[in-house]
Amino acid sequence: MKLAIASGKGGTGKTTLAVALAQASTSAVQLLDCDVEEPNGHIFIKPEFTSHEDVTIAIPALDETLCTNCGKCGEICQFSAIVTIVNQTMIFSDMCHSCGGCILVCPENALHEQAKGIGCIDSALGCGTNHNIDFIKGTLDVGQAMSPPVIRAVKRKISPATLAILDCPPGTSCPMITAVTGSDFVILVTEPTPFGLHDLKLAVETMRSMDLPFGVVVNRAGCGDDRVNDYCSAEQIPLLLQIPDDRRVANAYSRGEGLLEAMPELAPQLRAMVQDISSKVVISAEGKQ
Amino acid sequence: MKIAISTSGSTLDAPLDPRFGRAVRFLVYDLEQKTFTLVDNEQNLNAAQGAGIQAAKTVVESGAQAVISGHCGPKAFTVLSAAGIAIYHCNADSIAAALEQHANGELQPAQDANVEGHWV
Repeated sequence: MKLAIASGKGGTGKTTLAVALAQASTSAVQLLDCDVEEPNGHIFIKPEFTSHEDVTIAIPALDETLCTNCGKCGEICQFSAIVTIVNQTMIFSDMCHSCGGCILVCPENALHEQAKGIGCIDSALGCGTNHNIDFIKGTLDVGQAMSPPVIRAVKRKISPATLAILDCPPGTSCPMITAVTGSDFVILVTEPTPFGLHDLKLAVETMRSMDLPFGVVVNRAGCGDDRVNDYCSAEQIPLLLQIPDDRRVANAYSRGEGLLEAMPELAPQLRAMVQDISSKVVISAEGKQ
Repeated sequence: MKIAISTSGSTLDAPLDPRFGRAVRFLVYDLEQKTFTLVDNEQNLNAAQGAGIQAAKTVVESGAQAVISGHCGPKAFTVLSAAGIAIYHCNADSIAAALEQHANGELQPAQDANVEGHWV
């Protein structure tokens, strides 16, 4: 099962929950840090990485001796990544979305693909006290603008046989969409505050337009008001779990320790929640067949 | 020589648009003939990205040899410079005032972009 942990608002506890779910699991589990612009799951998992791979994208390279500056490459490019002015053709590689259109339309075969590094993936097997967590982290290079290719590379590491927990980027734009796409279920983490509710609504709209099954976990329950709970019940959104607002969690966090180190009593609830989601996903999959 | 000036209007007393890539249009003024033409830039108003690059291409194709605008980002600067087009940053109120500053030698060709590139 692919279980994505997302949110609208940042800082609501996606990583806190994703790490705790992985640590609460009694069987083999993958934890994939898809928040490649600022991955931080490793702070809590403390992995010893054994594998490192570069992530590259294909960008066009120009052979100026063949180019006639006909401009066809620039006409097909939807992203202004390549432009011909009078007697020269210029490539802006950081605008390129790697569609390959320019290479296909070039009548002189003056363009070819070239690999450009934009990030990396680090993996560690058998992490955690039970050695049952395979941890995979994607990192986008500083200065790169497009994270989806790195997120997709992280997701290619998903092994279908085990539970895969995806710690997603915040927001509702391309990085978040890329991370949750193809998930069996999405947990939206929020906090009981006006900001939490506002961004939760955006995330709910996103899930509904993507037709993805989802539920809500309220983190730091008790620190704000009841509007998130009221909204979920009015919208018939399953409220999966409420994690109480507790100073022990903040104290642990400041030492680089996770939710379960502060509140080990939550582990059975987390396991029950995953079990419940898993049974719903199976029923839904059977319904579709 | 022709100068392209970014604007939202269509006359010489129209305001200078401080934006280059996302200006509504360019007024291309011919210094010798003292006449002008208008070149549309509206396809860039809602472009997701690359407005500066496309606006620079539009200016190159207009035959202008200089640009007067409020700001110019790094990619537009690269394209304009490659085409040998001088860029003058200016905060005049109107096109006429900008042209007068240029005629009086008050504007210096920019050596670099004066704003950062940005992402939507």
